Amino acid sequence: MNITDFIKKIEEEFEDLQPNSLAPSDVLTEKFTWDSINALIFLAHVNVEYDVEITAEELIKSVTVQDLYDLVNTKYQNKG
Amino acid sequence: MAIFQVPNINIAGISACVPEYEYNNHNYDWISEKERETLIKTIGVEKKRHAHKGTTTSDLCFVAADNLINELSWDRSEIDILIFVSQSRDYIIPATAGLLQEKLSLPKSCIAFDVSLGCSGYVYGLSVIGSMMTTGIIKKGLLLTGDISTLNTSYKDKSAFPLFGDAGTATAIELDTSSSSMKFNLQTDGSGYDAIIIPDGGIRNFANEETSFKYEKISEGIFRNKFNIALDGIKVFNFSLREVKPNINKLLQEFELTIDDIDYFIFHQANKLMNETIRKQLKLDPKKVPFSLKDYGNTSSASIPLTIVAELANKVKDNELTLLLSGFGVGLSWGSVILQTKNIVCPSIYIYKD
Repeated sequence: MNITDFIKKIEEEFEDLQPNSLAPSDVLTEKFTWDSINALIFLAHVNVEYDVEITAEELIKSVTVQDLYDLVNTKYQNKG
Repeated sequence: MAIFQVPNINIAGISACVPEYEYNNHNYDWISEKERETLIKTIGVEKKRHAHKGTTTSDLCFVAADNLINELSWDRSEIDILIFVSQSRDYIIPATAGLLQEKLSLPKSCIAFDVSLGCSGYVYGLSVIGSMMTTGIIKKGLLLTGDISTLNTSYKDKSAFPLFGDAGTATAIELDTSSSSMKFNLQTDGSGYDAIIIPDGGIRNFANEETSFKYEKISEGIFRNKFNIALDGIKVFNFSLREVKPNINKLLQEFELTIDDIDYFIFHQANKLMNETIRKQLKLDPKKVPFSLKDYGNTSSASIPLTIVAELANKVKDNELTLLLSGFGVGLSWGSVILQTKNIVCPSIYIYKD
């Protein structure tokens, strides 16, 4: 996986986001409603797309888009 | 591993009963319009039924069962087992099954007891009644499942209130040596007992005048007391996404079946996002996965039979089908069953005028 692809899929997943609107350095809470519902939509998305599981605690620690990518990517790579 | 089969059991009929009052989630004014619309879209619940205070799950199950027995023209004196699966009993003691045995005019030779399970309850209930009937002594039985969840749900809890609806169901089970075996895979993880919980009112946290009824702010948009259902959304979500798919795949493998052998997959109606994610994980055709969430919400152990009655009645009435039923949630408890149906008696949903 790569971050460009990762971002493109997130932009498709969330209605609030326009295509090409997210950059790796963007702070999540400034870009869209990072509430519990959107958190669940994100969990579902990465589960189907990358087959990884993320906890609430891990999600809360992610501040930027890059953080989120690193979190998912690390789990994805470790999956073997 | 609890993978096993139960032969000689046939489902003769399935019925469901819901309270008359319909709650529309578009009127849920505890949250903003924007949040409400996102929520409705995500959980997939537009409308649901709410029982009035004083109506019990057993009242709904009684109507479903009483009518179903008449539809089947069953002789009540031949019904020798009644199992009531619910987490909203009439009384702390005694068990509710006995009250239903009497109300339905079933004989005193009838076994009657309660099973305390929710989302997984229908599949577990089928395994219990099937196992008790398979030896051939008992020829007719009733599995009654359902819950009234709305009474214990805080209006000011956006994580729970819009989700739950009330319903009661009845399934008529008969001994039939010509039927294919029901194939089960049942599982449990009690470490997640607090992921869905009503903490007070049992023996662990006995009802306390000062603390049990006190509303507390849990987080933004979530206020509840200790008699209200508390849901840890992410925990339940991750559990379901982790466990349901392997449970189903293992069951199919064990009996050398594939997804293509199944005509319909009927899942516990948890919420749309969760159910759709599981459907995508298993790569199932949406046409094979009926939903009743939109009109009835999450109805706990009633959700699988209610979905059959609401969405598949014509199919199960006129055809021989292979179904896979899967329930998952509170406990944490989950399980799936593969079964064959033939011409199930399946009357339209009954409305309880309370």
